[in-house]
Amino acid sequence: MLQSNVVTHRKKKETRAAWLLSLPAVLLILLFSIVPIFLALTLGFTDARLVSPEPAKSVGFSNFKTILGIGVLTLKAERDDSGAIKIDEKNNVVYESLRNYTKINSESPRFRSKSELFRFGENRKAGTVKVVLAGDPLFWKSLKNTLFFALIVVPVQGGFGLLLALMVNQKLRGRNFFRTVYFIPALTSMVVVSMLWTFIYQKNGLLNTIIKQVMPGFQSFAWLENPKTTMPAIIVLSIWQAVGFHMIIWLGGLQTIPAELYEAATVDGAGFRKQFRYVTIPGLRHTFVFVLVTITIAALGLFTQIAIITQGGPLDSTTTLVYQVVLNGYAKQQIGYASAFSFVFFALVLLISLIQRSATKRLDQ
Amino acid sequence: MKRSRLSLGFSLLSMSGLSIFFIFPLVFMVMSSFKSNDSLLQDVSSVRAFLPVGHLSLDNYWEVFNRVPFGRFLFNSLFVSTATVVLGLFLNSMIGFAIAKMEWRGKKMVLSIILALLILPFDVLAIPMLYLAAKLPWFSFTGGFHFTQGWFNSYQIQILPFAASAFSIFLFVQYFKGLPKELDEAALVDGASWFRIYRSIAVPLSGPVFGTVAILTFLPMWNMYLWPAITIQDEKYRSIMLGLQYFYVNFGTSWGQIMAYLTLLTIPIVILFLSMQRFFVTSVASSGIKG
Repeated sequence: MLQSNVVTHRKKKETRAAWLLSLPAVLLILLFSIVPIFLALTLGFTDARLVSPEPAKSVGFSNFKTILGIGVLTLKAERDDSGAIKIDEKNNVVYESLRNYTKINSESPRFRSKSELFRFGENRKAGTVKVVLAGDPLFWKSLKNTLFFALIVVPVQGGFGLLLALMVNQKLRGRNFFRTVYFIPALTSMVVVSMLWTFIYQKNGLLNTIIKQVMPGFQSFAWLENPKTTMPAIIVLSIWQAVGFHMIIWLGGLQTIPAELYEAATVDGAGFRKQFRYVTIPGLRHTFVFVLVTITIAALGLFTQIAIITQGGPLDSTTTLVYQVVLNGYAKQQIGYASAFSFVFFALVLLISLIQRSATKRLDQ
Repeated sequence: MKRSRLSLGFSLLSMSGLSIFFIFPLVFMVMSSFKSNDSLLQDVSSVRAFLPVGHLSLDNYWEVFNRVPFGRFLFNSLFVSTATVVLGLFLNSMIGFAIAKMEWRGKKMVLSIILALLILPFDVLAIPMLYLAAKLPWFSFTGGFHFTQGWFNSYQIQILPFAASAFSIFLFVQYFKGLPKELDEAALVDGASWFRIYRSIAVPLSGPVFGTVAILTFLPMWNMYLWPAITIQDEKYRSIMLGLQYFYVNFGTSWGQIMAYLTLLTIPIVILFLSMQRFFVTSVASSGIKG
């Protein structure tokens, strides 16, 4: 009886001490992580603005409807008096105006206040074309750009980082020098990197100079002014900056693999390839999960490069989800809309993480 | 692993090639910072861009110091980064210790929240936090003690949201779990309080993890852009990264000055890195293990 009293007393004391030790961090996490998460959701249902004399009003699901709303419309060609389809001087079919459907007092509420995302399935004989309309075309464009960026950067940066790690893990003279050199861009702020590469990609910039050394006839090209080359250009500088960091992470993983395993494999007659397949790869499975998750999260948050180099352009070819969030919430001060946007973004990050987690679960045991 | 001379030579060759790829923009940056705008733009069309040739001077640097209150920005960045590191080391190690070493009601819940926050990118919360920051109370002593509203243009808005970090806590928990249990059991029997065990046993044994967390906090704080860009307008609190905005105004006309400013942004952190390189590398490497 007395014994158990002492035990409960000690347990109570331990709980109290633990909470005291945890309290400062717990309070800050509550204030700066948990509260904002709830704010994102609740503000997303309002028309809150950053500075406004009037209190925020509830707007129901309308922010979410604008962001996610999409519709497909079939436009008909205009016809002349004889009933023939009108063709303009560039030999394109002339279609009726989209405004009839998207204007605010349109007869079809599904299409009201939506804008064109893209057209497809033109039938010149029948004189019809399908138009995909979105409440916020920039959401879909930024979603596409962000996913494209992540889809390239995650495997390339992860794989390149591993390759570098394997190289600088060899026993050879100067490996510390190479480690340092490959890691220095990772120390450099993305702000600095973005400015530097802006200059490199200019029409009279370094990249064109270097290409001309190899191919003298090359015409100078403005890499950041063409919608086709801008995102790849951003991808290259992003990998250039961050790959050294992941090289070091991989290196940490490589160094936890006991040397005896390699020795045993050598005794068994395994060559370099087999050793890599049966010793190195299994030994790196934890590191693999870590690298995968950290690069994915960083890639989905693509912002600084865009804000400094392209501001989303040219022709929205580099606009991203976080860039749109900041544009709506900070530049336009539409906190309500931007919060809904953030929440959709958060749901996406969560979904991707869950998929990755279940896909890698067997590895990470 | 046995390797032929040929493959070793090939390795060295490709590694050297990669070195050029990783270093050429930075060499160009430093060299250009000593050149006038005209000669910089001329040099771009040849290998001279990477060489300290032509008329070199510190003019760009003097211009930078004239144009922006550089000392102020430097102090702000150092202060904000260091304060976040110091505060973070205290807070995160304390909760990390409690989670790793103690049994308490609520621990499971706290731990699962922290693990969930690991995958939450800060950008997701930037806008609701902007709204929150506009409403938070603070205090002021100018004109007698009174409360104020809004955290914009302040140091605390740059420090407090980043002091407690799920990732740092996670690193501390992992490390403290590796310390032998017998130590704290013996101390408990001797009547030591939990706080004392944390301070006199756990902390002195945990130099490496404190170093790792310090580095992994300092680097992103020093380089942070998005959050200060949307919360700080007042020159008094601007960080060194935001100072770059002063040079956008005549974008393209003062590349020499931009390069000088970029060099000034980069040099302190590179020196810091080179002076404690081994430690830096082990720190980053260890953060991925047991992930």
